[in-house]
Amino acid sequence: MQAGENSRRRFLKGCAAAGGVAVAAGAVSTSVEARETRSRPAEALGLLYDATLCVGCKACVAACKTANKNPAEFSTLDKLWDTPLDTTGHTFNLIKMYRNGTMETKDAETNGYAFMKTSCMHCADPSCVSACPVSAMTKDPVTGVVGYEASACIGCRYCVAACPFGIPKYQYDSPTGQIGKCELCRHRYKDGNYSACAEVCPTGATLYGKTSDLLAEAKRRLALKPGSVTVYPRGNISGGKDQSYEGYVGTYKQHVYGETEYGGTQVLKLSAVEFEKVGMPNLPPEAAAAHSETIQHTLYGGMLMPIAVLGAMTFIAKRNVHHEDASDAVQPDASKEEA
Amino acid sequence: MAHSHNTSHGAPAPVGGNLMNAATTVSAVLIAVMLAVLITRFIFGLGAVTNLNDGYPWGIWVVVDVVIGSAFACGGFSVAMLVYIFNKGQYHPIVRPALLASLFGYTLAGVGVIFDLGRWWNFWHIFWPGYANPNSVMFEVAVCISAYIVVMWLEFSPAFLEKWGKHETKKKLNKVLFFLVALGTVLPMMHQSSLGTLLVVMGVQINPLWQTQFLPLIFLLSAIAIGYGVVLFESCIASSAYRRTIETHLLDPMAKIMLGVLACFLIVRFGDLLVRGALVEAFKPTFIALSFWVENLCFVAPFLLVGSATARRNPAKLFLAGVAIMLGGIFLRINGFLIGYDTGPGWTYFPSVPELLVTIGMFAIEILGYIIITRRFPVLPREADHAFSARS
Repeated sequence: MQAGENSRRRFLKGCAAAGGVAVAAGAVSTSVEARETRSRPAEALGLLYDATLCVGCKACVAACKTANKNPAEFSTLDKLWDTPLDTTGHTFNLIKMYRNGTMETKDAETNGYAFMKTSCMHCADPSCVSACPVSAMTKDPVTGVVGYEASACIGCRYCVAACPFGIPKYQYDSPTGQIGKCELCRHRYKDGNYSACAEVCPTGATLYGKTSDLLAEAKRRLALKPGSVTVYPRGNISGGKDQSYEGYVGTYKQHVYGETEYGGTQVLKLSAVEFEKVGMPNLPPEAAAAHSETIQHTLYGGMLMPIAVLGAMTFIAKRNVHHEDASDAVQPDASKEEA
Repeated sequence: MAHSHNTSHGAPAPVGGNLMNAATTVSAVLIAVMLAVLITRFIFGLGAVTNLNDGYPWGIWVVVDVVIGSAFACGGFSVAMLVYIFNKGQYHPIVRPALLASLFGYTLAGVGVIFDLGRWWNFWHIFWPGYANPNSVMFEVAVCISAYIVVMWLEFSPAFLEKWGKHETKKKLNKVLFFLVALGTVLPMMHQSSLGTLLVVMGVQINPLWQTQFLPLIFLLSAIAIGYGVVLFESCIASSAYRRTIETHLLDPMAKIMLGVLACFLIVRFGDLLVRGALVEAFKPTFIALSFWVENLCFVAPFLLVGSATARRNPAKLFLAGVAIMLGGIFLRINGFLIGYDTGPGWTYFPSVPELLVTIGMFAIEILGYIIITRRFPVLPREADHAFSARS
């Protein structure tokens, strides 16, 4: 063994070399810019859900099942009809109910009730797309629709864990389970159809169209006087036949949910009850995907840092390993006796 | 590893002895039970045997078998860094046993992932251009761990080559060994940090006590410290089980290095919590806060146990310090991935019995493999030489 002093000097030299590499690698990495939160594409498609217009008929839930060929799910003993309690791998859209006290008044926070649609928000900067290791989750560059491709998916469920809205769901009941989520009925566009939930909504509570049009419509409603009368479009706000009707203006919270959350979503929501109380999380304007990819690209952008560190480690290891190889040659191989 | 020995150290030699004993029999039974559960899982799906749900899509097969399992497998990485990067040649006798444990830990973590993948037959997509998504932290983790498993088998192969008398092959391998060693330090740095980064994209669902941009550094530092802790643990167990001399002359200074890494870890960990103002969460009357304090008590305990030079010569205290840091690593990871993960009201998760049986079976494979290989292949330092080197 080497003398203590020599060994210590070598150790310190090793430390100095490793430190130098870290500094150099850090200098390289600072040139990589932070990944900003993305915004919606110009032609982004989406939905506007206005909880004050929703009557809880669940026609959208049934239409979604048919459009996506999903089986009924039961939560009651008699199993008479589709009664899912949450979105699942087989239920992509659900109307949930807020209840308080006597439940006398619709859209009242106390002693009232209210509805809320649960389905994919089609984020401008989706966590699921960033998380997916095999590009099974995709964001269409034109429509911005967040789609899923089962044939690419490895079933790791990182998308399920990543989504702040709890939207991608996995089919645990199958050995070949897939992820199930709303894809804004993108498979129905070629036949001239649009999102089934908006097609069937009798009150226009769920409205389909370009998110830019939907955002303008949402802001128009927030500017109206509660209780006054206005015209509500139904179906597709960005085209198709006029199905509008006159109705009363609700007592909205002055907040278009999805305008800025996580960089904005393509599905927007209006409500008379606090959004957190109806199950919509309070989210910052920066997307988690941007934070995650900033780290990822800072460390691995162009593989500069790993290659720099690997180069330095190879240099140091070559010196140190070589030294011990020599001693290997001096002594006869001990394992021969057992072999 | 490749250099079977140094002039002053005990050369690695098989321990020998009978392979049929209580430990191997129990391990074999546990492995058989695990296989039965896995057959059910592959025929009927994940829901048939696990308590996984859409609120907790990742259970112990991911968090324990992969995230914690691979952190426990950092002994090889941590010791190899000491020997080959910082040129501390005196630790050479423990490189091979540490690497063996790492090899098992990582290989099983890699295999364990397959059990958890819902669409496992597509696994190759991760490595395939066109499918692979370099923005995904999971992509980085998967590619990096796979590469490291290959590198470690090559690093460890001299043990097999010696046994089978393939000295020419061993010589050739020795020529490129320095590069394998370099890869073997860089790859774990990459994926052990990324295992922490995995949480970042989960955003506000992770409690502020664990959600930070410093997750990669926190996970990396903890993994290195755990690596030394695991070596303390394993050395004590191996010495006791095989009735061998304990390598206190190596474990004492290594424990000191471990405390140094652990101190860096705690400075980063609490510095980050203070700067972000997240520490208030730790003083709320919640189970999450309690779990946070248990985690950090485990990380502080080694200072109390082996802080003094006298204590570091006490094998029992070295063992306990190793156990404490391993527990800290378990809590950090379970807290981040499960206890501090809140996906909304109504969701709960606790592993099912079959899920636990698979995780237990994985550890049984590790124990069985360790016994078979150390008894039949040259891994642990030869006892007589070793005793001599301890005196010198």
